[in-house]
Amino acid sequence: MANKWKLIYNGIIPGNPVLVLLLGMCATLGTTSSAMNGLMMGIATMVVLICSNAVISMIKSVVPDKVRIPAYIVVIASFVTMLQLIINAYLPALNATLGIFIPLIVVNCILLGRAEAFAGKNGVVDSICDGLGCGIGFTFALTLLGAVRELLGTGRLFDCVIYPEDYGMLLFVLAPGAFLALGYLIAIVNKLRNLK
Amino acid sequence: MLTYISIIVTAIFINNIVFSQFLGICPFLGVSKKTSSALGMGAAVTFVITLATVVTWLLQRFVLDPLELGYLQTIAFILVIAFLVQMLEIIMKKIAPSLYSALGVFLPLITTNCAVLGVAILVIQKGYTLMESVTYGVSTSLGFTLALWIFAGIREQLEITELPKGMQGVPIALICAGLLAMAFMGFSGIKIG
Amino acid sequence: MKKLQSTLPIMVMSLGLITLIAGAMLGVVYYITKEPIAQMAHETQVAAIRNVAPEFTNDPEADKWTWENEGLTYVVYPAYNGDKLVGAAVESATMSGFSGEVRIMCGFEADGTIRNYEVLSHAETPGLGSKMATWFCDPTGSRSVIGKNAETASLYVTKDADKNGEIEAITAATISSRAFLEAMRNAYEAFKQYGQTLKN
Repeated sequence: MANKWKLIYNGIIPGNPVLVLLLGMCATLGTTSSAMNGLMMGIATMVVLICSNAVISMIKSVVPDKVRIPAYIVVIASFVTMLQLIINAYLPALNATLGIFIPLIVVNCILLGRAEAFAGKNGVVDSICDGLGCGIGFTFALTLLGAVRELLGTGRLFDCVIYPEDYGMLLFVLAPGAFLALGYLIAIVNKLRNLK
Repeated sequence: MLTYISIIVTAIFINNIVFSQFLGICPFLGVSKKTSSALGMGAAVTFVITLATVVTWLLQRFVLDPLELGYLQTIAFILVIAFLVQMLEIIMKKIAPSLYSALGVFLPLITTNCAVLGVAILVIQKGYTLMESVTYGVSTSLGFTLALWIFAGIREQLEITELPKGMQGVPIALICAGLLAMAFMGFSGIKIG
Repeated sequence: MKKLQSTLPIMVMSLGLITLIAGAMLGVVYYITKEPIAQMAHETQVAAIRNVAPEFTNDPEADKWTWENEGLTYVVYPAYNGDKLVGAAVESATMSGFSGEVRIMCGFEADGTIRNYEVLSHAETPGLGSKMATWFCDPTGSRSVIGKNAETASLYVTKDADKNGEIEAITAATISSRAFLEAMRNAYEAFKQYGQTLKN
């Protein structure tokens, strides 16, 4: 059991997909204009990651090595499409905010990366734990970045007003702010890692 | 004619795929350490995006739409792109080995470049005709190449700059990208036609 | 279980099988969600109409009337109370936004008074142009368009002095404001056209 916790923990802090491994940058920058958007995108990606990790670890023995990448892509793409349909049906507002970044979960390097590095070699339960850990790590990073951008840009946090909007630096909600905020976040993480 | 000029200018400068749409960031950060490899990557991406846009557009128009299989869009497009990249690699190796040795290393990276899938889906969403889609695809990839090339130039200079330890590498690169994105914001609001 | 060999028939078979299963599962999910998706789209539309149009007793969606002008399509959803036309919700658009298309739904009384509006979709700058969703119904200063008569009022921004503009533009987003007001004027134009067809 301790082993499973370690797998989950590994994805969240030491092997955080965004802040340490620098994967999945497009979604990270593109969907974090507010903390809520970041959280939603993180959860959407986590759901797909857990499902695809589980299925890939199940089918790994019936997939010949040479075609494993296309096979993984098919699995990931099917889960993304299912998610897309479900979001369309029950949460249309979410579809409007995340837009094109939902289908683009397919090409998020985290998914194929975890499939290749972990799920293709390990058992189902371990793979689910790995997916959960990486998913939480991804969600955490996106929510944090979204919160920083929302707070600095509009003076709100999860839509609650912290300080008047007039004092906000709008730049942080716009495109350049995404790059700047992420750059500083990673620099802080690097600094903390160097201290250890 | 004006439509095409407008598409080209918009895709390259106003809505630059890297700086304002956040697509293709992974290769943007990964392959931008040298200007020469940046141009190589840009050329490979231009090639694949243009080809992929044409094929996926035809696929959507003549297969998915008539059969009402629109919901298979994501899965069909990504498979087509993966297949195209693979074919391209094989054909290039046979026919143009010199080109292959120049661009070959970048090809496998392109399948998971979200710019390719992103452009394929965007042209369908925008409802472009085939010619407009091709124009959009080519100019978007030119915008990508431009961004990559400028950025590689900056990073070559960064290599010889003294920086605080935590800032080295990706963080300072992202901050430079932010400043570049700010510069590109100057283009926004330009109207053609 | 031993890993399967990478021979051609096995590769084709296993890939084919995976794709087949994936396709079948997607088909099932599509079938299940088809109804709710259509339902949801319908409800959003009805909610927007209800929000902006005067009280009605008919089915505005069934009575809708489309008008095409200069490459843009306008949809008029007339609101009847009994047999009397009391106003309409008009879906209108313009391409002159800061980053392209702005689509709005605006509601008019029969005499052209603007009742309410809703921004359906836009790509304007977040925090600037995107304020249009609340700015033009804010009673502060001369921001609001609500209660103005589209026939008599000059729906232009105050900066357009030659047009005697009456509406205060969004701070730092004049282009978006102009686009919004243009969509509003277009909507009223479409509403008037609809009135014309009724007379004929």
